Amino acid sequence: MPKTLAEKVYDAHVVRSAAGEPDLLYIDLHLVHEVTSPQAFDGLRAAGRRVRRPELTMATEDHNVPTLDVLKPIADPVSRAQVEALRHNAAEFGIRLAPMGDRDQGIVHVIGPQLGLTQPGTTIVCGDSHTSTHGAFGALAFGIGTSEVEHVLATQTLPQYRPKQMAVTVEGELPEGVSSKDVILAVIARIGTNGAAGHVIEYRGSAIEALSMEARMTICNMSIEAGARAGVIAPDETTFAYLQGRPHAPQGTDWDAAVEYWRTLRTDEGAVFDSEVVLDAAELAPFVTWGTNPGQGLPLTERVPDPAELADDNERRAAEQALAYMGLTPGTPLREIEVDTVFLGSCTNGRIEDLRTAAELLRGKRIDPDTRMLVVPGSIGVKLQAEAEGLDRVFTEAGAEWRGAGCSMCLGMNPDQLKPGERSASTSNRNFQGRQGKGGRTHLVSPSVAAATALTGRLTAPADLAETAGV
Amino acid sequence: MDAFTTHTGTAAPLRRSAVDTDQIIPAEYLKRITRTGFEDGLFVAWRTNEPDFVLNQPQYADATVLVAGPDFGTGSSREHACWALLDGGFRVVISSRFADIFKNNSTKSGLLTVVLPQADVEALWQAVEADPATPVTVDLQSRTVTYGDTTVPFEVDEYTRWRLLEGLDDVGLTERHLADVEAFEAQRPSWLPRALPALPA
Repeated sequence: MPKTLAEKVYDAHVVRSAAGEPDLLYIDLHLVHEVTSPQAFDGLRAAGRRVRRPELTMATEDHNVPTLDVLKPIADPVSRAQVEALRHNAAEFGIRLAPMGDRDQGIVHVIGPQLGLTQPGTTIVCGDSHTSTHGAFGALAFGIGTSEVEHVLATQTLPQYRPKQMAVTVEGELPEGVSSKDVILAVIARIGTNGAAGHVIEYRGSAIEALSMEARMTICNMSIEAGARAGVIAPDETTFAYLQGRPHAPQGTDWDAAVEYWRTLRTDEGAVFDSEVVLDAAELAPFVTWGTNPGQGLPLTERVPDPAELADDNERRAAEQALAYMGLTPGTPLREIEVDTVFLGSCTNGRIEDLRTAAELLRGKRIDPDTRMLVVPGSIGVKLQAEAEGLDRVFTEAGAEWRGAGCSMCLGMNPDQLKPGERSASTSNRNFQGRQGKGGRTHLVSPSVAAATALTGRLTAPADLAETAGV
Repeated sequence: MDAFTTHTGTAAPLRRSAVDTDQIIPAEYLKRITRTGFEDGLFVAWRTNEPDFVLNQPQYADATVLVAGPDFGTGSSREHACWALLDGGFRVVISSRFADIFKNNSTKSGLLTVVLPQADVEALWQAVEADPATPVTVDLQSRTVTYGDTTVPFEVDEYTRWRLLEGLDDVGLTERHLADVEAFEAQRPSWLPRALPALPA
């Protein structure tokens, strides 16, 4: 029977299947960070269990990590205790840890691909919903809760129910200035913040195939913002070229064997999807969110919507609540919204290509004097690469702040937070109330919109810059 | 995990859709390394900033059943959201649709999530708004929600129901199938990734 890519990966990992029970799925790689793991390790200790496969487990410190004074002890005692708990647990259970200061440290979803641990056809889990990122390689990768973290540590497996299959097909060529972030924001606006619940999304079509690995990661990363269990993209030559030579990628004859297998990881002709969404790449534009969930987004050329025009009671109430929180008036052109802070970073858009894109727009210019711009590389590896290319100087000469690596203002578990009422344009993934700091207001954007916005102090597409400059 | 058989309590009507886990408990409370004591973070922004928020109203302060709008629990995978609801006194959340990870986490932590059609959620909202003292019974044995003269059936898969009724933890259940896991491991290709430091080529 023809299968989808996700079904092939799923089926290849079923350890045990029995009627009336969930399947038992083998997990190839378990990524661990400090926030969702301490209670899981406590559970192992209480039951006298060990980590079944420490060599399939990799830990790093990312959520709590300060982006200033990174070589000093963490000032916040609660954050420090959580990071120290991970260090203690990694040592006790024999797990490799990339701690602050280590050259492999970074956001867990940035370092997996960077190290070559993320590979096609594997199953990957982490106590973090943005684990869907790794699906860009054709891996089945999904976020789990702490009880499941404990389960994977103890057994290297997870009980799972077979997900439904959704295809998101994007054909054609993306216009200049439109990135994969705009594609995924448009998808989420179309299907809603939980519209893909119970599904794995496969992104396909010529516009997806044309994307770099990092751009693909941005799309898969935000699958969870549409409620999907995971997102996948079929591995191809772009994938293999990205992986070859990375520290944990197969080598020599192993590489050949792996690539031979990876080439089979494509959805079969005639495979059935439970639902399909089709987008025309040529019609996409730079996108921005106006509300308090990632589905509340529009092209930047639009205006703040009027809740009164929404027919559905729940949607109307949600829009009213969102606009009240965001301090926005219906009918306001989105391009007139002024921001206080621009955040460039996160597991969505904190990779080298994202930094290059933003730096290109900022090179030789100064950001708006009333706007603060934080640039936070996704990992030490990204930071070192950017510095080798001189991007750090482009940012600092433009007036932006060049910081250490971590999750930072995506969720404000470290000191990088918005103040109440402050408004950001952020390349991260969630515009939830208070996500970037109590009372903070978030507009999700792409790296190029973030950079253009930093220059003007209001939501701006790169093309708008050319217009104002009379080019 | 505590077993769940049947529960009777009063219900709080949370007329909001797409309640994300950052609202249920913000990230700053996730720095703790304990598994209990999260009640102070439960809906803390709404409790602090909105005097008329449903849980600030004395008639709903002791509610143990939360009746929420569609798409409850979107966003982060934090199981702390389930722990905070349990620590805050809730045993059941009712919604027309849950986010996958939240629902999954709830079944691991002993919080019962019940899916009812939106029309039934609306009827329940109206009943508990008309009389906040209305007792609501959620019976996992018979798979029904009952209040006043109304009884509504709900669906739950048989395996999850059994685990919740018995209060079973998954690790112990999986360990019964260790031989299957070992057999699977024996046939995994050798080139699959390992997280140990890479050796020089």
